[in-house]
Amino acid sequence: MKNNTSNIVLPNFSESPRIDKVGVEERVAKFQKRSIKSETKIQGLKMALSMIDLTTLEGKDTPGKVKQMCYKAQHVHDVFSELPKVAAVCVYPSMVDVAVKAVAGSGVKVASVSTAFPSGQAPLAVKLADTKFAVSKGADEIDMVISRGKFLSGEYNFVFDEIAAIKEACGKARLKVILETGELVTLDNVRRASDIAMYAGADFIKTSTGKIQPAATMQVTYVMLEAIRDFMDTTGIKVGMKPAGGISNSKLALHNLVMVNEVLGAGWLNNGWFRFGASSLANDVLMQIVKAETGVYQSSNYFSID
Amino acid sequence: MKNLDVLKTYKIYIGGSFPRTESGRYYTPLNQKGEQLGNICQSSRKDVRNSVVAARKAFGGWSERTAFNRGQILYRIAEMLQGRKSQFIEELIFQGSSKTNAEKEVNRSIDRLVYYAGWCDKYMQILGSVNPVASSHFNFSIAEPTGVVGVVSDQTTSLIGLVSLIAPIIAGGNTCVVLASEGMPLCAVTFAEVLNASDVPGGVVNILTGSPSELIKPLTTHMDVNAMAYSGDSTEVKAELQQSSALNLKRISTYMKDWMKPNNQDLYLIADFQEIKTTWHPIENIGGSSSVY
Repeated sequence: MKNNTSNIVLPNFSESPRIDKVGVEERVAKFQKRSIKSETKIQGLKMALSMIDLTTLEGKDTPGKVKQMCYKAQHVHDVFSELPKVAAVCVYPSMVDVAVKAVAGSGVKVASVSTAFPSGQAPLAVKLADTKFAVSKGADEIDMVISRGKFLSGEYNFVFDEIAAIKEACGKARLKVILETGELVTLDNVRRASDIAMYAGADFIKTSTGKIQPAATMQVTYVMLEAIRDFMDTTGIKVGMKPAGGISNSKLALHNLVMVNEVLGAGWLNNGWFRFGASSLANDVLMQIVKAETGVYQSSNYFSID
Repeated sequence: MKNLDVLKTYKIYIGGSFPRTESGRYYTPLNQKGEQLGNICQSSRKDVRNSVVAARKAFGGWSERTAFNRGQILYRIAEMLQGRKSQFIEELIFQGSSKTNAEKEVNRSIDRLVYYAGWCDKYMQILGSVNPVASSHFNFSIAEPTGVVGVVSDQTTSLIGLVSLIAPIIAGGNTCVVLASEGMPLCAVTFAEVLNASDVPGGVVNILTGSPSELIKPLTTHMDVNAMAYSGDSTEVKAELQQSSALNLKRISTYMKDWMKPNNQDLYLIADFQEIKTTWHPIENIGGSSSVY
């Protein structure tokens, strides 16, 4: 799959498709009615587990906390065999080297937020330095935030150029672009920001930082999935999707998987192309899997803290 | 013009709100005259699950309330029950009670709530102790609430059996999920409305109607339930409780009591849902008989 946007004709982002909010809500409501039971459910839950980016993004993060989370990423619930590892751990740049050491050889990727996460209010030079630092410490993936202030004041070229510059700084690392949809106000804006991010070279588009509410609502994720499909149809380039923030239970995760399958197809149903950014989702999924296997409702007392 | 009768929809009580059962099922119990009591929610295991989640969520806040505040709230339940006395009496009569017995049952329920309201800020002093130990430690034991308690309520009464177990359990800082009497569920639903109007935080008491035979299993096997209370004498139910509770070593208390008797209330019902925590606090033996000062 080529991933080079240099010879693609750029559309006028002011003319990104308008979104019919009522239509989106109706469509989303349909995804929530799909019945997923027994073996299908277990399979779906295991898939969701393998797509989680286990995340800790707090001012109080310490190397110890990050190591503990990295352990959990590789041993989600050892009592139960045949559980997949999570896809990645997501940390601040200062914790990348700790995380890289802790997950070495396990196949779990290290993602680092960057570009003055979560506000993105820093000069480009600082953002580039932030990104290069994370990459130099061994981050496999970079989660950048867009400049929402610039976007909302209509400076789409500024936002585009910034993403393109960060993409260049990433080198081999995959770039996830966080739109922070909770600050974009309208679905029209979500669609436009998605288009800008993808044409500027995003490997993934991601809903939220997790610091702002609302975060990854199904409506927002749906609009972004449609944008990915249209981008694929126009350019032939495949882009991944990562809803983040607010997906705290298994049911919501399964609804999201249904949505991905029905909008983009099974090609996106793996952790190369779809991720959940979440911290509390993993335990809920685990509890549901154990419930499905044992028939007994579970308690968080018997699962490791994440 | 005569008003149309507005019939009451009997719903269940989970997390401080009154949903219909998730399953959409209902049953229609009859009284002795063969009249229909109403369309009552036939709760499912998913309602049990939702209730336990609500009870667990409410536990932290409820157990951390001051003892005095819990007492005030229990007293408030009694006040509200008093205010709706006539409705409870009507329902009890409709479910087969005589007028005298119905009045007696409601009065007894009010008394019982007031009784346990009084215990709220006193049981700690009685159940706790300072223990003599042969080392330089200050050693003391205090009572702490067990957690989320599943209650299989008395099947032969509509109100007093329910109140007699809920009151000591919440007085001690626990939260509970209650399976109401299957044949006489009306007062349980109305009591939920009383609780909802009494400053009891949502989720502290959750009340489900339906068949205990269907709901006991998911409740007693639930890993997030810490204790079970059973009012009744069925050997099968007791065996089921013992077996399922073994999964996470739930505390089980069974009662075969005539709850209408005034003396079937005491501190030990509170104690049944308390854990005793003992603390060894190191001290220098300042001021003791061997002190060098």
